[in-house]
Amino acid sequence: MSLTLLNVIVAVVIAIAFAAANAAYLVWAERRGAARIQRRPGPNINGPFGLLQPPLDGIKLMTKQLMIPGGADKILFMVAPVLAMAPAIMSFVTIPFSEGIAAHNMELGVLVIFAFASMGAMAILFAGWGSRNKYSVMASVRAVSQNVSYEIPMLITAITVVMTTGSMDLKAISMAQSGGFWHWNIFPSLHSPLMPISFIIFFICSLAETNRAPFDLGEAESELVAGFHTEYGSMGFGLFFMGEYANIVIGASLTTILFLGGWDCPFGMFPGVWWFLLKIYLLIATFIWIRWTFPRTTIYGLLNLSWKILIPISLFNLLLTAGLLKVF
Amino acid sequence: MGGYFSDIFYGSKSLLIGMGITFREFFKPTVTVQYPYQTIKMSARFRGHIELIADEEGKPKCVACGMCQRACPSGCISLDSVSVDIEVDGKVKKKKVLSKYDLDFTKCSLCGQCVENCNFGAIDFSKEYNLASTRKEDFHFNLLKRLEERNA
Repeated sequence: MSLTLLNVIVAVVIAIAFAAANAAYLVWAERRGAARIQRRPGPNINGPFGLLQPPLDGIKLMTKQLMIPGGADKILFMVAPVLAMAPAIMSFVTIPFSEGIAAHNMELGVLVIFAFASMGAMAILFAGWGSRNKYSVMASVRAVSQNVSYEIPMLITAITVVMTTGSMDLKAISMAQSGGFWHWNIFPSLHSPLMPISFIIFFICSLAETNRAPFDLGEAESELVAGFHTEYGSMGFGLFFMGEYANIVIGASLTTILFLGGWDCPFGMFPGVWWFLLKIYLLIATFIWIRWTFPRTTIYGLLNLSWKILIPISLFNLLLTAGLLKVF
Repeated sequence: MGGYFSDIFYGSKSLLIGMGITFREFFKPTVTVQYPYQTIKMSARFRGHIELIADEEGKPKCVACGMCQRACPSGCISLDSVSVDIEVDGKVKKKKVLSKYDLDFTKCSLCGQCVENCNFGAIDFSKEYNLASTRKEDFHFNLLKRLEERNA
């Protein structure tokens, strides 16, 4: 009993540490990457290559006072940042990093992760509503409508992958793709020739689900001050920020497991967790690259993309896959 | 229906072109000047506050004629002179020597009338631009003292 409790505590601590370290250093990577794209050096003063910037930012955020605006709904205002961060950490529990490295492998891993991911929209809604600020409410309404509309194509493509594997177990999905890159789901297979397009749809949806540029309507600085976290300072803001980056890691992990073969090596060499990490960090680098390339879309463009393009194509792929699975 | 797919195709293509551009920019060298550590050289015609020019001996070239003071539309230059006896070729001569040259930079509009009116090339614009201060007195420059400091 005590041993299992200890195991749980160790797993939770590792999950939190991994999420926090990723959040901190992805901010650094993002700032450096953005700076390189804009041909400036980025944070480079604190430590070698500015590597001490994230802890210093953290100290700065933690030493600030958490202000609650006068008219705000105190409970919702306090709950929202926690609700943004906690599901993100919880999702790490089900993600298998390698054959042996997973905090707790569940048979319904895909479902669990999507269930936790959908709580992120609630955090944004609470934050916007609780702040009692017009900008925040408008931003959260936008963000929620965006999250709802992008969850549909994301789930449809996930269902397509689940159908081909016949399992919702993330580990089983990864194992089914092992044995070289031609077994990965991203490549057109017998199951469905449209899999590369499904991968792109899933990737776009995970961009939109994490509320990142070019889909960061929820925090459109040019129109809505800072969106749903306008009224947040101190670690309240910090938690939103960390939650966003933890969600990016989860989105990249899920994309890797569903489409890029998880921890499978493309050439069957050096199997291990590093292939998984390499793949997720490549995907995250693409996230950052996309963010600093494209301007923000309009809310109509955003919803049209989902409802008129992504959902029909992913539905078509679902039907095609189902038909091909039935035939062969 | 044809427009639908061509929209998707050309839209995706333009997105990829944009990503190609940022990818290339990523590997180009940075162009920013790291300001406190690096500074750029001011251009030849940059106008800072005026500064006295020294001759070969390090003394000001200024003969204290006061043309600059009279030319200044803002009245921000005030100078004074004393006559001293100097020996030239065995004879004692009286000569005006600059004893005070104050610039009130709070009033200066950098019009350059003083520099243009100087017949001896004794004043010129400095390239100084780090002049932030919270006190007004910091902009009352004693140019003679500054010249000595530069000589030292």
